[in-house]
Amino acid sequence: MTAFGDVRRRRIDELAARAGAVPEGEGGVSLTRSAFRRLRRNPVAIIGAVIVLVFLLVAAFAPLLAPRDPLAQTLLSQIRPGSIPGAQEGFPLGVDNLGRDLLSRLIMGSRQSLMIGVVSTVLGVVVGMALGVLAGGLGGWVDTVVMRFVDIVLSIPSLLMAISISVLLGQNQYALMIAIAVTQVPIFARLLRGSMLAQRNSDYALAATALGVKKGRIIFGHVLPNSLSPVIVQGTLSLATAIIEAAALSFLGLGDPDLARPEWGAMLANAQAFLSIRPELAVYPALCIIVVALGFTLLGESLREALDPKFRR
Amino acid sequence: MLRFIVRRLLQLIPILLGLSVLLFAWLRALPGGPAQAALGERATPEDIARYNELFGLDEPIYVQYLRFLGRAVQLDFGTSARTGRAVTTEFLERMPGTVELTIFAMIFAIGVGIPLGYLAARKHGSWLDSTSVIGSLLGVAIPVFFLAYLLRLVFAVELGWLPGSGRQDVRMDATRITNFYVLDGLLTREWDAAWDAVLHLVLPAIALGTIPLAIIVRITRASVLDVVNEDYVRTANAKGLATATVRRRHIIRNALLPVSTTIGLQAGLLLSGAVLTETVFAFGGVGSAIYEAIFSRDFAVLQGFILLLAVVYVLINLLVDISYGLLDPRVRAR
Amino acid sequence: MTRRRTTRVLAASAAALTAVTLSACASSDRDSGGNEGGGESGGTLVFGAAGDPKMFDPAFASDGETFRVARQIHEGLLGNELGGTDPVPELAEDWEVSEDGLEYTFELQQDVKFHDGTDFNAEAVCFNFDRWYNFEGLAQSPSATPYYQDVFGGFASTPDTPSIYESCEATDESTAVIRLTRVTSKFPSALALPAFSIQSPTALQEYDADNLSGSEDALTYSEYATEHPVGTGPFKFESWDRGNGEVTIVRNDDYWGEKAKLDKVIFRTISDGNTRRQELQAGSIDGYDFVAPADYETLEGEGAQVLVRDPFNILYLGFNAGGVAGTTANPALQDPRVRQAIIHAIDRETIVNSLLPEGAEVATQFMPPTVDGWADDVTTYDYDVEKAKSLLAEAGATGTTLKFYYPTEVSRPYLPDPAAMFQVINQNLLDAGFTVEATALPWNPDYLNAVQAGLQSDIHLLGWTGDYNDAYNFIGTFFGPKADGLAKAEFGAFSNPEIFAALEEGDAAPDPADRTEKYQEANRLIMDYLPGVPISHSPPALVVSERVQGLEPSPLTAEVFSTVSLND
Repeated sequence: MTAFGDVRRRRIDELAARAGAVPEGEGGVSLTRSAFRRLRRNPVAIIGAVIVLVFLLVAAFAPLLAPRDPLAQTLLSQIRPGSIPGAQEGFPLGVDNLGRDLLSRLIMGSRQSLMIGVVSTVLGVVVGMALGVLAGGLGGWVDTVVMRFVDIVLSIPSLLMAISISVLLGQNQYALMIAIAVTQVPIFARLLRGSMLAQRNSDYALAATALGVKKGRIIFGHVLPNSLSPVIVQGTLSLATAIIEAAALSFLGLGDPDLARPEWGAMLANAQAFLSIRPELAVYPALCIIVVALGFTLLGESLREALDPKFRR
Repeated sequence: MLRFIVRRLLQLIPILLGLSVLLFAWLRALPGGPAQAALGERATPEDIARYNELFGLDEPIYVQYLRFLGRAVQLDFGTSARTGRAVTTEFLERMPGTVELTIFAMIFAIGVGIPLGYLAARKHGSWLDSTSVIGSLLGVAIPVFFLAYLLRLVFAVELGWLPGSGRQDVRMDATRITNFYVLDGLLTREWDAAWDAVLHLVLPAIALGTIPLAIIVRITRASVLDVVNEDYVRTANAKGLATATVRRRHIIRNALLPVSTTIGLQAGLLLSGAVLTETVFAFGGVGSAIYEAIFSRDFAVLQGFILLLAVVYVLINLLVDISYGLLDPRVRAR
Repeated sequence: MTRRRTTRVLAASAAALTAVTLSACASSDRDSGGNEGGGESGGTLVFGAAGDPKMFDPAFASDGETFRVARQIHEGLLGNELGGTDPVPELAEDWEVSEDGLEYTFELQQDVKFHDGTDFNAEAVCFNFDRWYNFEGLAQSPSATPYYQDVFGGFASTPDTPSIYESCEATDESTAVIRLTRVTSKFPSALALPAFSIQSPTALQEYDADNLSGSEDALTYSEYATEHPVGTGPFKFESWDRGNGEVTIVRNDDYWGEKAKLDKVIFRTISDGNTRRQELQAGSIDGYDFVAPADYETLEGEGAQVLVRDPFNILYLGFNAGGVAGTTANPALQDPRVRQAIIHAIDRETIVNSLLPEGAEVATQFMPPTVDGWADDVTTYDYDVEKAKSLLAEAGATGTTLKFYYPTEVSRPYLPDPAAMFQVINQNLLDAGFTVEATALPWNPDYLNAVQAGLQSDIHLLGWTGDYNDAYNFIGTFFGPKADGLAKAEFGAFSNPEIFAALEEGDAAPDPADRTEKYQEANRLIMDYLPGVPISHSPPALVVSERVQGLEPSPLTAEVFSTVSLND
């Protein structure tokens, strides 16, 4: 369900303020470089990064890695209502209730699951950033209107929001992505606005203004790039939330209806009927979801620590 | 303080108005609009026209909105297409269960989360620390419906210790007064009924409380770690105060401030986020009602429940803000 | 026992605040002494239902969960044989048919009382028949009274759609004479349908039973239907706790026949299938319906009894022949070769073995073999991909696109897992050279509305569980001509005078042997024409715990709980 995506207003603002407080560089070493150095020394970050990398690679090369066609009902004739063949030669993890190779389905499923996570998060980030830049950059009544709107959207709990949107847009994979993205938008809008406000009053922005640099250039050339780090942190964490939320929506029957695209959430929901005879059908996709979410969370958390001046000791 | 509260209450008005606009627009944006939603796909254009006229849907949109708003203020959200009863009646019937569940889930999350987070921070870097960090990450990542299945398998089916679904044993002939079953049992001195209701809350509360538990552990740990390194704690230690006193007066008290915010926010979320948990535990609360409404295309219930839940959520956030104001004088000044 | 929570709920928050003060005056409503009613203690059975009933007035019912409860409370002139599909006398002891087949004289059971203490007699019977015939407004919509309209046709106020009901006369206290306007094979066996239960006239009037409101697709029922249903059955309605999804019925100690053994039956809604299974395993419920085929062995291994009903249903893949105005259905389906290609393409043997519970069989026609009129010599179509391909090529339709509709979020007695069924058939069609465009919709109301309108779908999955042992209840319902002289929109409103004639002659034949022959002819014609693919008859099952005795599985899924007892 909802997780760190629900770091609501105050937590978002805290993150924004912390990152905003970070000056451009530190003793000649750029923020990113020093953060990267600290990340490399952090075993948690390494674990997270490795998990994420492995899954991204699997998703990228899924068609090459999958030993079989994930849709081919190869062992269908061996299936009986009370028994599904387990692991055997050629089918290292066994088959599902239609005789399809489970390993291949998991591998191909990573594509759709990660895609839902990435697309919805990117969508959330882009729209959220646009709103945040508008509010933080222009200020005044634009700021008020945008932020009120964001507050309103934040006041609807995210799963309810996702449900309402799925109902509205009907059942298709884009509806699913948009539903999850909408729940992310206010988080990024608030985050970016807070971070920009902090930046705008920073010394270098004031200096640039004093030098007569145009407002737009200050925003896009200095303020925005420096506001990105909390967005990256939150984005990584949101990816985990998005993948879990997609599974929840699939379980509620609001997932991607195209059964020709294997997806972990749908596989998990489908396996419910066979828990008594073959719990592995649920356990493997559940593990995939948990591990990927864990990977993104570990990475995001260590990024947060790395970028936080308080932890620089 | 009063001025602070009044100001926060006033700030609620635009949010609630905005919410009503959003939900009004949502129902209008459904394929075919509200008439189609109510009459079904087979409705002829004439049917739809008649319905529109009957319910004033042919009037200008702002008139319709004002009428909707007028009814919403009187807590009238129409009737459920599935049961034909007033949406508000259904909501009030379902809410007590959800409130009880939320309270129990938060007791679980706080009762386990704060001590665990504190210990993890005190033993920073120990196995306990890493286990609780990893555990809390797992807690967030495990799908609730899967967790519910496992919990029931172990505690209801295998061990037989706890009931696996519902709010109270159906064979229990309990008196109902408030619909808060635990409270009812206590009020009527039907102790067995109260105890039975408590037992029924345990498994769903654990399933529902896992995410807040995980978050509370992380926040507590982080904020204790923050506080321990603050100057005033070092000073207190340096001036030779007893360790227990330092912990009590300085560390715990200051570390709990951010934790209390998280607790409030999570409680607000749980009140509405229990769709999955309530469904898999066949628990008669608002969450399971929303699930039923989705599948029977009961838009009046969806609209009314979401609006009412958002109001509850906003109000709880307000309470959190106020209590934060009480705890931390700096907030009031803002 | 007051359980009327709604009115009290408003007080809830106030009560919570003043809990301490209240506790002094709050008192327990419990009875102090033992079991109520005074009879021997038969215990309480808790049954897990998959969904909530809609209400308890069977005249307006059409869904299984409503019937499950209504069947225990109400009785009709005829009932169903225990564990079978044949109609047997219930409230009518005996009946006679006049020479011309138009007048039925029912001799009623005597000394029968409704649960409200009023007498059951011939006048009460006629009151009910007149009630149905005189339904007005929303009660005339197909969603309110589908069974009445299927059997009797129209109403008093709809002369355009005449009713086969003419009159009912109470000639004495225990004799009711019912006259029809034409001969039909449905009578009197259709009277065993729960929709024709005899309910208390006093209660029907007192609680305004016919007062339906809302809209056609979202009916709101009367106080009678939701809170005060009164019948003659072995159980009495006690309460319906909507918030928790619990319906309680108690034994009718004044029942005229053999009294129920249980004190109480509670139907509890548990929508999640795994939760139902685990609650049975944990012992908190005593039984449930819609057992997943995968769970049979596990449950039996643990001592539970899986009660398998005889298959009395049909699952089919319906074709939209494209006769509905404004339809976008594929005209290729009008070519018989394309329809034949589809049936040859589908591997029904594997479907039955791999996806359906043990005991399921491949269907050769649109009704199960246990129904009179089933023909053993209809044209059969084997699984033959090559043949399908060549038929398709012959018709010049290779690669033709089929819009395939299937339901989601549902488990029907004849179709435990629609998504799995779709995926297998989809693969079969692709293998034979079709292109498939899939659409999944939630069962109710979206899916049913979409496929029954016959506007978009080319082929769709649907099925039917029989209501009583009668061929017309299957093939007549599917392929009989509607008022406009065409078949149902679901099958693309095709026109096939031969099939229509055979069905109508069968329905109108008073002689059973003659009737059977006509229906056999109809089945042969249907399978030559191919309005769809009959896929399977499968046995749905329910499960009860070890301690439940005497529950007889019914092929009609019409189990009665009066014969059930619990042993500890």
